[in-house]
Amino acid sequence: MLLAEINLENLMRWAFVVPLIMACSFLFHLLFSKKLQKRFGEKAVSAVGVFAIGVCFVLSLAIGVGWIQRVNSPPTGAAFTAAEEACKAPYGEAGAEGHGTETGGATEGHGGETKTEAPGASTEGHGGETKPEAPAAGHEGAAGIAPGESASAALLTQAEGEGHTSEAPAGGETKTEAKTEAPAAGGEGHGAEGAAAEGEGHGAEGEHHEVAPVCSSVTWFEIGGMKFEAGTVVDGLSAMMLVTVTLISLLVHIYSIEYLHGDVRFTHYYAFLSLFSASMLFYVLSSNTLQMLTGWELVGVCSFALIGHWWEEKKNTDAALKAFLTNRVGDTGLIIGVIITFFAAGAKSFNVFHINEYALSNGADKGLLFLGALCLFFGVTSKSGQFPLHTWLPDAMAGPTPVSALIHAATMVVAGVYLVARMFPTFFVGMQIGVGGNWAPVGNYVAIIGATTALIGAGLAFVQYDLKKVLAYSTVSQLGYMILGLGVGAWTGAIFHLFTHAMFKACLFLGAGSCSHAAHHTFDMREMGGLKKYMPITQKTFLACTFALSGLPLMSGFWSKDEILAGAAQGQGGKPYMVMLVIGLVVGGMTASYMTRAYRMTFLDDYRGHGHPHESPKVMTVPLMILTVLAFFATFLNIPKLLLGGETSSLAKSFGVRFEHYVQPTFIFPGEELLKPAPFNVIVAGLSMAAALGGYLIMRQYMTAGIAKGAAAKPGIARGIYSFLENKYYLDALYENVIRDGVKGPIARASYWVNMNIIDGMVNAVGVSARKVGEVTYKYVDQGGIDGLVNGTGAVSNEGGQLLRRVFATGKVQQYGAWLFGGAVVFAALIVLFVK
Amino acid sequence: MLANQFLLLGAVLFCIGVYGVLARRNGVAVLMSIELILNSVNINFLAFNAMWARNGSPAHISGAVFALFVITVAAAEVGVGLALVLMLYRTRKSIDVDKIDALKG
Repeated sequence: MLLAEINLENLMRWAFVVPLIMACSFLFHLLFSKKLQKRFGEKAVSAVGVFAIGVCFVLSLAIGVGWIQRVNSPPTGAAFTAAEEACKAPYGEAGAEGHGTETGGATEGHGGETKTEAPGASTEGHGGETKPEAPAAGHEGAAGIAPGESASAALLTQAEGEGHTSEAPAGGETKTEAKTEAPAAGGEGHGAEGAAAEGEGHGAEGEHHEVAPVCSSVTWFEIGGMKFEAGTVVDGLSAMMLVTVTLISLLVHIYSIEYLHGDVRFTHYYAFLSLFSASMLFYVLSSNTLQMLTGWELVGVCSFALIGHWWEEKKNTDAALKAFLTNRVGDTGLIIGVIITFFAAGAKSFNVFHINEYALSNGADKGLLFLGALCLFFGVTSKSGQFPLHTWLPDAMAGPTPVSALIHAATMVVAGVYLVARMFPTFFVGMQIGVGGNWAPVGNYVAIIGATTALIGAGLAFVQYDLKKVLAYSTVSQLGYMILGLGVGAWTGAIFHLFTHAMFKACLFLGAGSCSHAAHHTFDMREMGGLKKYMPITQKTFLACTFALSGLPLMSGFWSKDEILAGAAQGQGGKPYMVMLVIGLVVGGMTASYMTRAYRMTFLDDYRGHGHPHESPKVMTVPLMILTVLAFFATFLNIPKLLLGGETSSLAKSFGVRFEHYVQPTFIFPGEELLKPAPFNVIVAGLSMAAALGGYLIMRQYMTAGIAKGAAAKPGIARGIYSFLENKYYLDALYENVIRDGVKGPIARASYWVNMNIIDGMVNAVGVSARKVGEVTYKYVDQGGIDGLVNGTGAVSNEGGQLLRRVFATGKVQQYGAWLFGGAVVFAALIVLFVK
Repeated sequence: MLANQFLLLGAVLFCIGVYGVLARRNGVAVLMSIELILNSVNINFLAFNAMWARNGSPAHISGAVFALFVITVAAAEVGVGLALVLMLYRTRKSIDVDKIDALKG
């Protein structure tokens, strides 16, 4: 009767099957794919991968729906205590049998037993087969019922169910029904999209009681009388990550069928794609830092393997090595951080909730937590491409484009952001986010690093000719934005930005891949241009996602970015993070600017490359369209309440800030008195819109002026764009425009003067400084300083190796023997002299 | 001080063996030197065994047994070593170990 036990509740507990499926897919590819390819061709190989990730996606959606239902009717009383127990105390002395395994909670303990005996008809009807339909049915069913009623009814049935379980396990049938029916009745049923459910909004808004995550664990190992668990946590954050990762991964799997068509290592590619998905899912479900470390390293390995997918070219292997080694540098910090937090929290458990609970307790050692958070953040710095360890990320573009979309834009690189979000209480206390930060007037370490990264990444994006590199630096910049958001305490904003960014950045990368597919495998924008004519679908999706990234209203990027900015404007502990707000706005403008440049260079004007570009096949364009649609509709996941008629309107209660409502943890998390969620801020929104528009206009002006002049003076538009970078023609062009369009008369003349001297000056200064900063950082900091350091280390070890080789590796066995005996004599002498 | 003299003999043999291994260029001579090293170890085993036996330890033959094992292993090792030298001679027409530097890094 295994089927009878399949319901959303149990699915959340068995979340480990999701990474397991992908791991199986990896093993399958490893063992059988070569033969499969020989027999049935590439299609069969990719079909296995697509099928596996497809199943995972469906399961993830179901888990997401399960979580939404759980938030709507959270477990209370005994059930809550049991869930709480399962989440934060799965440790203890070895020998306390039965504690570590499946401590899913008392309800589960009873439910699991009774469900097997429950009549197949009732359980299957509600819990098993109709799982996907359940919310939909609820939607129809609840339409007629007044919301209040349905909610109370749901709560009632829930309470009944609990009563049964605690009193008599034989009441299993009633319980199962209650469990599965209650949310169906209460939920409004926008399940799959993660949107609204009416149930909770009534009066519960004020209390906002804790919703315990669904945890399950088994004993991993016992050492020194201690038990360490391995387990899964399903809460809003991990459910959101599950859906994001599987969705992007699924689309990338599909896209790759065509993009990697005829590749020498097609099977390897799919194998590693599967392994990556498995590791990433494993990572986001981890319940303890040790397990997270494992997943963290696994995704690093997959990243290494996939960047170096075409290892025949030296630059690709170099990039792979660089990525791997840079990440190792940060990982050292991560390991130390894991150890510090473990000992800080009493050396009992690596469990994240345990550590977080300690961080929020009154007796927490703030200094130790700062040190721990700092070390953890060092790991974040490398994995999430934060300054100064961001240099690997642009180089990682040497890998296949779908890999860049999946790993180096949407999922793996946000692992660091996820870590900060997951261990947020630790960072919150350690970095003193709540009281204005370690360096109070400026901010805290997290926010400062995030802001620096955002600025530097955006600056560098201006001077790249490689379309993928522009997007890569943009990713660096946006990751900085997310970290900035977390640093100023805008938790939901940052995570929402993570979500929306995954959608539109994946789309942009896949769009870039589509362009390259068309334009003879180049990513050089100087050899593109005019693709609008040839690839309408790619162009439209790319443009839409450019809007989203630039933060134009109506697209999701605007809302998520705005939430971060609003968070910075509000600040924490009564102190607004003004510096962060300004930097955020500037970066917003810069983003719009460089994306305009990239878009115009790629799609407008005339085609400058060889051959005849053509639109990519459906397998590639459909994922683009899906992502674009999602990038648009993600907006509705977190609409500010203000836009829906204010705090009190019923519309706002049921549809406003759903993302915040479902994803932001309430369990062991800084409460509202500590971490205030920032409401929608009209002024900030206006400013960010103005910044984006300003960025766009400046770049447009630059581009048109530069191209017009350059095209006239020199062959090829490429030169014209060069001239933009040299910034010679911009002034002339603007003057000409102003003179030509200027109206006569004193007022016009006065405004002309103002134009010429003040506004132009400002505009020029902005343009020039953006370019200069970009160039200088790229040349000196990035290429000179950091790369120099890395290369220097490499050169020293290389030279050292050469020297040692000449001295020691002569190939003469007798010389080796001499060293051996000589060494033995030295050691013997040391032992005789010093060991008494 | 019976053991002392044995140990001295062992040490001298060991040093001669090491010198041979490091300095002789003839492959067979190197093998012979290894044999010397092994036998010096055997002498040590027997010396300690004798010393222990005199002190009244019950397991007073373990050193001798160990020496027997070493002799057996040494025989096998020489078999392999001579085979190697033979193959070297066949492929390179020389058993000068200085000329064999395939391990060069």
